[in-house]
Amino acid sequence: MPGLPVLPPTASNHAVELNWLFAGLLGTTGAVLLLVFWLMLLFCVRYRRGSAAVRPSPSQKSWHWEVTWTAATFVAFLALYFWGADFFLRLRRAPAGATEIFVVGKQWMWKAEHPGGQREIDTLHLPVNRPVRLVMTSQDVIHDFFVPAFRVKQDVLPGRYEDLWFTPTEVGTFPLFCAEFCGTEHAHMGGEVIIMEPAAFSDWLEAERPSGSLAEQGAALFRQYGCSGCHGPNSTVHAPPLEGLYGRPVPLQSGAVVMADEAYLRDSILQPQAQIAAGYPAVMPSFAGQIGEEDLMKLIAYIKSLAPRAAGRS
Amino acid sequence: MPDVVASAAAPPEPQFASLRQQSEVASIGIWAFLATEVLFFGGMLLAYAVFRKAYPLGFAEAGRETKIVIGTINTMVLLTSSVTMAGAVYAAEGGRRRLLTLLLILTAALGLAFVGLKGLEYSKEYEEHLVPGIDFAFASPHANAIQLFFFLYFMMTGVHAVHLTIGIIVVLVMAVRAGRGAFSPAYHSPVEVTGLYWHFVDLVWIFLYPLIYLNGRVG
Amino acid sequence: MTAAAELLPGLPSRPIEPESYLSDGFTLRSWLLTHDHKRIAILYFASISAFFFIGGAAATVIRLHLIDPAGSLVSADTYNRLFTMHGVIMVWFFLIPSIPTTLGNFVIPMMIGAHDLAFPRLNLTSWYLFVTGGLLTLYAVLAGGLDTGWTFYTPFSTAYSNGHVVIALLGIFVAGFSSILTGLNFIVTIHRLRAPGMTWYRMPVFLWSLYSTSVILMLATPVLAITLALTAVERLLHVGIFDPALGGDPLLFQHLFWFYSHPAVYIMILPGMGVVSEIIPCFARKPIFGYRFIVWASVSIAVIGFLVWGHHMFVAGESVFSALVFSLLSFAVAVPSAIKVFNWTATLHGGWITFEAPMLYALGFIGLFTTGGLTGLFVATLAFDVHATDTYFVIAHFHYIMVGGMVTAYFAGLHYWWPKITGRLYSEWWAQGAAILIFFGFNLTFFPQFILGYLGMPRRYHAYPPEFQAWNILSSAGASILAVAYVLPIFYLGWSLFRGERAGPNPWGATGLEWQTPSPPPTENFAETPTVRRGPYQYEPEPVPQNA
Repeated sequence: MPGLPVLPPTASNHAVELNWLFAGLLGTTGAVLLLVFWLMLLFCVRYRRGSAAVRPSPSQKSWHWEVTWTAATFVAFLALYFWGADFFLRLRRAPAGATEIFVVGKQWMWKAEHPGGQREIDTLHLPVNRPVRLVMTSQDVIHDFFVPAFRVKQDVLPGRYEDLWFTPTEVGTFPLFCAEFCGTEHAHMGGEVIIMEPAAFSDWLEAERPSGSLAEQGAALFRQYGCSGCHGPNSTVHAPPLEGLYGRPVPLQSGAVVMADEAYLRDSILQPQAQIAAGYPAVMPSFAGQIGEEDLMKLIAYIKSLAPRAAGRS
Repeated sequence: MPDVVASAAAPPEPQFASLRQQSEVASIGIWAFLATEVLFFGGMLLAYAVFRKAYPLGFAEAGRETKIVIGTINTMVLLTSSVTMAGAVYAAEGGRRRLLTLLLILTAALGLAFVGLKGLEYSKEYEEHLVPGIDFAFASPHANAIQLFFFLYFMMTGVHAVHLTIGIIVVLVMAVRAGRGAFSPAYHSPVEVTGLYWHFVDLVWIFLYPLIYLNGRVG
Repeated sequence: MTAAAELLPGLPSRPIEPESYLSDGFTLRSWLLTHDHKRIAILYFASISAFFFIGGAAATVIRLHLIDPAGSLVSADTYNRLFTMHGVIMVWFFLIPSIPTTLGNFVIPMMIGAHDLAFPRLNLTSWYLFVTGGLLTLYAVLAGGLDTGWTFYTPFSTAYSNGHVVIALLGIFVAGFSSILTGLNFIVTIHRLRAPGMTWYRMPVFLWSLYSTSVILMLATPVLAITLALTAVERLLHVGIFDPALGGDPLLFQHLFWFYSHPAVYIMILPGMGVVSEIIPCFARKPIFGYRFIVWASVSIAVIGFLVWGHHMFVAGESVFSALVFSLLSFAVAVPSAIKVFNWTATLHGGWITFEAPMLYALGFIGLFTTGGLTGLFVATLAFDVHATDTYFVIAHFHYIMVGGMVTAYFAGLHYWWPKITGRLYSEWWAQGAAILIFFGFNLTFFPQFILGYLGMPRRYHAYPPEFQAWNILSSAGASILAVAYVLPIFYLGWSLFRGERAGPNPWGATGLEWQTPSPPPTENFAETPTVRRGPYQYEPEPVPQNA
């Protein structure tokens, strides 16, 4: 029988801070718990029936105590809230320049695609000390991408993109779990995140390199599915240009303005009628059911890679 | 000949000290029950709100397919039935047995008319392949949203119709009891309780009507 | 005070006092068609106990299975159906109804000096709805079960699970109406059937707790009902409301589901807190400390409890803004619970404390509930929850509150009011032993699960990495002790029905109107409606002995 571990490995930037937060929570709640237990024990012994302790007359000013301990607990709780909330905001905001990896969860495996087109199943190779952002979706039911050593977790939903980010700080192999019940083999939908020294990681990338990067594969799909027919430079159809689109605000026909993130790009391909760009006819056909999740991610990688068009063209 | 009845009311149930306490309890009970009904319908209204915000065009297109003529007639029928129901309560307070019985029967009849028209409406929608899960078909890029709209439409109006049917049965039972002189100015809380329930069912419809029938037709 | 029965040696004594609600008809019909709230409470007690042991059997198999990391005892599918069954049965057919329908039904009318609840026939209807729902759900389980988890997340439950989902949903739906009608009955009764002189601030805390619980029962359960109905229709007709492939939203399901299911946990714990608030003053012989703070804390928990449901969805895909708001409100709802814990502790100060079984359970409740509640702060903390949610940390957290808290309080109340309900005294020695064994077994079962959760062991895993085995074995060892401890009361409580010393009207010397009647009480509770002139918990100080 293996030994009695108590703490998971600390292998990411988040994990370091979470250990402190855990300690803070343990300390505060432990203090309260010990206080309550000690008082209960003390009172039960001192004021048991038959003991000679003097019982004070019932206090008429109980509300002083009430307000004091209510206020004290509230202040302690608020401090913990702010710490947790602040940390959470940083957890949700990936730094610019983080390497982006696409992840697709399905019953019962994880598929990952690196920007250079390298693909993995149930493993994820990453370089140490470089921030990485995972853009994830599910092909069927809700799954959850969970790496305890990094203290990161995010539900992965069908029909949407969710993301999480971290910077691995230790070289090693760390378990990956699915943490949202997804059917019979939920407990076996796991894998490994393998953190490597930068040189070893470059070697691995080279060894796994496919014929084209994610964006290059996406360019091929862009032509294959006929997107360039309307969105290409020589199109006669009045379609929104995609160059420089990613990350910019898009005014819609309804008057609203949305940000062109991965979710917007995905929705525009699958449900183009839902959000019509202002000034353009609603003629784009839907590709729902025609393009799988992995191809969608390649198309999106391609669109993200498009630099803005030179001025002068409509 | 007066039909004002000053009959001796039945004694209160054993857990009550007086008829007055029994009436008050009945009143609190029905108000509490109606609060739960608000939450019950509220869940469906929330789902409707969420999807309408997500698919404004689809919902508008779906709304234009609803049978506004039947819906509007039904609204008038139900509002009238609330008038007759309120009149019945008034008659009960005054001990006017014949008027009370007549108004209760009228209320039930109007309720039945509503249900009948609703059935007609449903059958037309069935013929037009607008029933989700049963041959639903709609040629439009918004077909998914339209199916969602009709799903919520059938759920909300269906649950409403079930409540209305229960109400009709209760009103008819009250009509029978009223005809036999069970109620008097001193004891008529069952009629009041029935009235509150009926008005609530009417009120739910007043919320449903604009959401279902006026969507996509105004503004 | 207690009248010992004259027993002829060798003859079994009849467990029934002459002319009580128990002797008021011996036929099955007189029980199944009763309007008496006390008999209905016993009907509920029988059905709820059956469900407790069925749910407990599932838990036993689960803990046995988890001894082996490879998960070889039962298949993955069977395991998944077992934890679903455990959750569904324990939540809806034990935890939610238990204290309100057994102790609440029995005690409320007596505590307020009334002859019965406001709507006795509705009360009986509630029981039949409960049993019908329970039988439907049991049928779903026995016919092969379902593997969706008690949370029924979509689209797995609506489009991928192959189990008896719709029947189970129907069973819970029907049982939900039982809850709603019980809540309605309690609210109306407490409003209007109190004896003359019993103002709101003269009501024992138990009544305030059940009143708050009833508000939640009435307002939250209908949302569950409509959610389950929508889910069933979605599964049958695939209209797309929760299925993204058809334009639906799986997060809508989660919001609707948790809008009920979070207040549901307050339905479970508030009555338990009410029981403890009765027992501590009685066995410390002191009025409760800070009565008004405690009653308004109960109401606050009920109200704020409606506003925190999103803390189950911090990593589910809800917006950061929502997460920030729900986390803050979740911290807020902990404050009234903390007030109660401090007040119970302060009630002990300066008392004359004895340690009969109800008091042992009540003290155990304070310890275990406080532990569970404080770990709630951990999971309310946003960044920490990212790591801990969906792991055994959460399982440990809610079992500390549900089992360590609510079940312990249920046992406390059962023992406290047992003499009143049955007219018999149970064996204190056995009861105290069982209480201590439960406390020990419980902690051994669930404390290791906090550690497992922080280590990263996810929930609902039929197999797990070998490095987690040691803690799992400890947990299963605790579970075996707990199983024995929970079975013990069947024996000594059952024995008391036939051989227990007869109880007088007030074996504990407690205040409260229910103790002013014979044990067991007559059907009408009170020959004459009493008049109340004083507040609750008017325990008199006792003289200190001269020689310690």
